[in-house]
Amino acid sequence: MELNDLAQRRGEWLRGTGAESDIVLSSRIRLARNLVQFPFINRADDTVRAEIERTVRSQLTDVSLGGPRTYLEVDHLERLDRQFLVERQLISRELADSHGARAVYFTDEENVSLMVNEEDHLRMQVFHSGFDLDACWQQISRLDDQLEDCLPFSYSQELGYLTACPTNAGTGIRVSVLLHLPGLVMTGEVKKVFTALQKINLAVRGLYGEGTQAMGDFYQISNQITLGKAEEKLIRSIKDVVPNIIAYERRVRKALVEENRAAIHDKIARAYGTLRSAQAISSQETMDLLSSVRMGVNLGFIDDLPLATVNELFLQIQPAHLQKLRKTVLDSGDRNAARAAYLRRRLTDASSASDTTLG
Amino acid sequence: MKCDRCPKVATFHITDIEKGKPTELHLCEECAQKFKYTSLSPQAPSAPAQEAGMSEGELEQLERLVCPTCKLGFREFRAQGRLGCADCYTAFRDELLPLLENIHGEVQHVGKAPRRAPQDSRRRQDLIRLRSEMKSAISEELYERAAEIRDQIQQLERELQGESQG
Ligand SMILES: [Zn+2]
Ligand SMILES: [Zn+2]
Repeated sequence: MELNDLAQRRGEWLRGTGAESDIVLSSRIRLARNLVQFPFINRADDTVRAEIERTVRSQLTDVSLGGPRTYLEVDHLERLDRQFLVERQLISRELADSHGARAVYFTDEENVSLMVNEEDHLRMQVFHSGFDLDACWQQISRLDDQLEDCLPFSYSQELGYLTACPTNAGTGIRVSVLLHLPGLVMTGEVKKVFTALQKINLAVRGLYGEGTQAMGDFYQISNQITLGKAEEKLIRSIKDVVPNIIAYERRVRKALVEENRAAIHDKIARAYGTLRSAQAISSQETMDLLSSVRMGVNLGFIDDLPLATVNELFLQIQPAHLQKLRKTVLDSGDRNAARAAYLRRRLTDASSASDTTLG
Repeated sequence: MKCDRCPKVATFHITDIEKGKPTELHLCEECAQKFKYTSLSPQAPSAPAQEAGMSEGELEQLERLVCPTCKLGFREFRAQGRLGCADCYTAFRDELLPLLENIHGEVQHVGKAPRRAPQDSRRRQDLIRLRSEMKSAISEELYERAAEIRDQIQQLERELQGESQG
């Protein structure tokens, strides 16, 4: 698939379907693996990195990723293209900014991606829209088995899969869910959630893995511990806690509407209005306003906008996506104008399209 | 050296992992004792207290610790937070176990394992060692030697590959 074709598409994690998808955008599991015959990336010079990449590429022809796939040599990509893949969560920022031979495989559906020469030789991840960690685990464990048939992994009986950083040793698993929590953020309750999660060794990050100051009220919750507990147990620790957070967010939203219906409606209507009429807008402001709009759709204050469109906009207003869609390189000032124009068009189209279907 | 927490002299040197990156703490005896009972890392608050404090002499010994396979020094690991090869886990075992226990609360893997027996680790070490020998042979322009080593590497790789498919 051509990279430019991707810009028009939504990708698995923004599909907006699946269980609890009003609050849980997506579920993801990644596994870290290293090949026995090579040093870790830290001690691999560019020659060795190239050899690792070749070894993986030669063995991967027989491996099924569950659909047609694209293979990209990340070191041969332009900076904009690398940024674009980071925004889509197909590669990590670390892989984008690293050096030497490195690559990514991903399926057309963008539900499976496999990074070569990231922090570990192999980083594979599986996404599912909504709250569905079991499906992620079944799929990624199967992929892991297939890879292991042709690529011997570093493993010890004592410490499990051996990874470049001891924080990933053992299972090498990172289980995460991406949650939209505008109600908990608005009421300040979100801090209590974080404290409770940290007590049970779960981590909280923003959408693109930045600090806890999350853009658009999106939070990723993931496990910290990888050693000494079986994968299913680590998955269960997330599976058990997420329904509580969902219930908490719903409760807070309900209370907000009951106590301050007019104020909430006003906030949402203003956010929607600004997005439909602004002439220049930053990605930070857009994310914040889209967050209110997304909640407005879920609460029924906005009825002419599909949730899937809102999800898609969160991605398409990101700097690299915007430039891909405009097919031109833009500086930050131009991007703000282009972003506003894009939002005006998409949000007007969306509401007039749904008017016609309703009309 | 001054204690990180108070004006007294630091006699304990502790490695802690925060956000996956080891950091060094230099503490006086009193602060080190306190440190052992209060976990610092917000990443693993329920994990048992730190690796015990170390004296200057023990620390010096630690500085000389090097992985025989990839030649990474323990000191470099502490600076970068990344190990150099799978054998570093063996070479730095005594130092890593308290660290792993602090991060994960456990030091014995449970869960998925490769379906076949673990690879012969000596051959794996040989491979990594041979690669670095080949590199130095080339840089010294000993091309015949380099070719010999290359053949050995290919032989070993075939063996490992054969096992992995068998
Ligand atoms: Zn002190
Ligand atoms: Zn090593």
